[in-house]
Amino acid sequence: MLQIRYVWEWPVRLTHWFNVISIIALAVTGIYIGNPNISVPETGSFVMGWMRMVHFGFAYLFSVSVIVRLLWMFIGNEYASWRAFMPWLTKEGWSHIVGTFCYYTFLRRKVPYVVGHNALAAMAYSFVFLLFAVQVISGFSLYGQYDPNGLWASVTAPFLSLFGNQVLRLTHHMITWLLIGFAIHHVYSAWLMDVKEKNGTLSSIFGGYKFIDPKDL
Amino acid sequence: MQKEEKQVLDGMVPEDILQRWETRGVSRRDFMKFCSVMTATLALPVTMMGKIAEAIEGDNRPPVLWMEFLGCTGDTEAFLRANQPTATEIILDYLSIDYHETIMAAAGHQAEAAKRQTMEKYKGKYIAIVEGSIPTAEGGIHCTVGGDSALNIVREVCGNAAATIAVGSCASFGGIPAAAPNPTAAISVSKAVPGATVMNLPGCPLNATNLTAAIVHFLTFGKLPATDSLGRPKFAYGKRIHDNCERRAHFDAGQYAEGFGDAGHRQGWCLYKLGCKGPETFHNCPTVRYNEGTSWPVQAGHGCIGCSEPQFWDTMTPFYERLPNVPGFGIEATADKIGLGIAAATAVAFGAHGVASALRKDDNSDTDPVEKEG
Ligand code: HEM
Ligand code: HEM
Ligand code: SF4
Repeated sequence: MLQIRYVWEWPVRLTHWFNVISIIALAVTGIYIGNPNISVPETGSFVMGWMRMVHFGFAYLFSVSVIVRLLWMFIGNEYASWRAFMPWLTKEGWSHIVGTFCYYTFLRRKVPYVVGHNALAAMAYSFVFLLFAVQVISGFSLYGQYDPNGLWASVTAPFLSLFGNQVLRLTHHMITWLLIGFAIHHVYSAWLMDVKEKNGTLSSIFGGYKFIDPKDL
Repeated sequence: MQKEEKQVLDGMVPEDILQRWETRGVSRRDFMKFCSVMTATLALPVTMMGKIAEAIEGDNRPPVLWMEFLGCTGDTEAFLRANQPTATEIILDYLSIDYHETIMAAAGHQAEAAKRQTMEKYKGKYIAIVEGSIPTAEGGIHCTVGGDSALNIVREVCGNAAATIAVGSCASFGGIPAAAPNPTAAISVSKAVPGATVMNLPGCPLNATNLTAAIVHFLTFGKLPATDSLGRPKFAYGKRIHDNCERRAHFDAGQYAEGFGDAGHRQGWCLYKLGCKGPETFHNCPTVRYNEGTSWPVQAGHGCIGCSEPQFWDTMTPFYERLPNVPGFGIEATADKIGLGIAAATAVAFGAHGVASALRKDDNSDTDPVEKEG
């Protein structure tokens, strides 16, 4: 019998979609900030001004969302737990890593069947959460410079003195492209698993439920 | 009535002081202007003008020893050319500069003896000013004066000073001599003399108005002005160039010069896309400007190169690009080209994987408990 299992609790789904919306807004405005190429004939306009305003607004939303998700790793169910993101910690996790890798490289017929994240996806997510953290830290370090005596500047001062202005800016810029690369791969993989596992992976990030056949586990 | 009188007295420069400056050949108008520029630069209330005027007159003016090591004399030049109402007369002539290789009349042993005399007579009371960085490789042999290494000299002179002022980016942070690969292992004054009270006035060159203001502050209050975590006085380095720039309205509007001499450049648009480092640089150039407030780089049409930031030669280059080069990639590869490459490669790789997976029919999960259509 197929079981309907509640896998992604609402905070996981909510933060996921907040992140998606913020990243799209941040990447679009960020790429403009990095290379402003809209022609603006009127001096009274405020194009860069708005772009930065939107960027900073979504930056706050994104940061809160990431922090909530990180906290949920210690509160939520086993699929949301921080352990799920580190399959390399257990023996079973290792076999899933190898199994999934072989599946992706066409060396194995069936993908190892798991309820939560597949092992490779989980590792990719750990890396993505790391990128999120770097993006938030470098972002707020750059942001704080408008007021060197302000709160943000005092919080981020160690990063500025350690890496310097321009390195943080370049890092912030390059991670944008890595996140765009991740999004392409991620949506593809979600589609692939949805098609092949036939357990409702794609809709699970909307509704939270997956359809699991215990015999496959 | 009495309060009013006191306020006037506080704000005014006493008549006898003005007269004395007139006999020295500085008009009262120029002297008043000098005092007001100093109060404004130091962000002091106007009522302090009288106090400043008195302090410059006082008898407790400390002697100054100005030393130059790995530098280009640009800071000396900037200071000598300072024609902030005859700041040269007011500060140079009136402060007793007992040692300064470029301007002193004495030479050789005579000069060294004068320096030694000042150091001994005014131990703990004189001001040391250092221009240029200090080489440390091979025992410091890359810069010696009078047979002694810069490292030894700076340790002795700054170690016994009331205060040390590092002028210019080289003395403050190592500057160009310390740029990678730093063959002489040049270091800043604060690194060379860790125990000394050092105030940094970076800039390439420093702004002479800021040096004069710092000295005036010392004369007026008996101490150097408050500094930030990099040892720079907050009155001069407390704000980002970008946040005080006269082209900022064009930045916010989205109007950028795309090349030198193009239509945007000629209309005074923002220099962001020409590599301006104003958004990374803390300095009061936009308000104080250089050469008697005449101009500063961005006003003249050239982006800021961040010359007063630590290691600017390594971190702010390329000067005409906004972002540094990505390490490990060629000079021509910009961050965006590499990023676009990453995104495109991902799309192509997973696209190909998708085609292969779609054609693959043998990998579906077990579907036997489900009834399948067709
Ligand atoms: C996924 C998240 C984010 C993405 C994709 C992103 C993207 C970008 C990009 C591409 C730039 C242009 C960099 C350049 O070339 O100079 C930028 C600038 C910036 N970002 Fe972000 N960003 C993100 C999150 C944040 C966060 C959380 C903050 C925190 C406040 C932030 C603050 C800034 C600031 C202050 C700038 C510089 C703006 C300026 O120079 O006026 N960003 N961002
Ligand atoms: C910028 C874009 C995106 C980012 C950064 C992103 C990131 C993530 C992360 C970090 C997770 C792990 C969830 C968690 O445990 O918190 C996840 C899961 C998931 N995401 Fe996204 N996501 C993005 C866009 C999308 C889109 C557009 C879709 C669907 C069309 C999608 C579908 C899913 C699905 C189905 C899962 C669950 C995967 C599983 O079962 O392992 N994502 N995503
Ligand atoms: S010219 Fe430079 S400092 Fe001025 S607004 Fe533009 S980027 Fe900022």
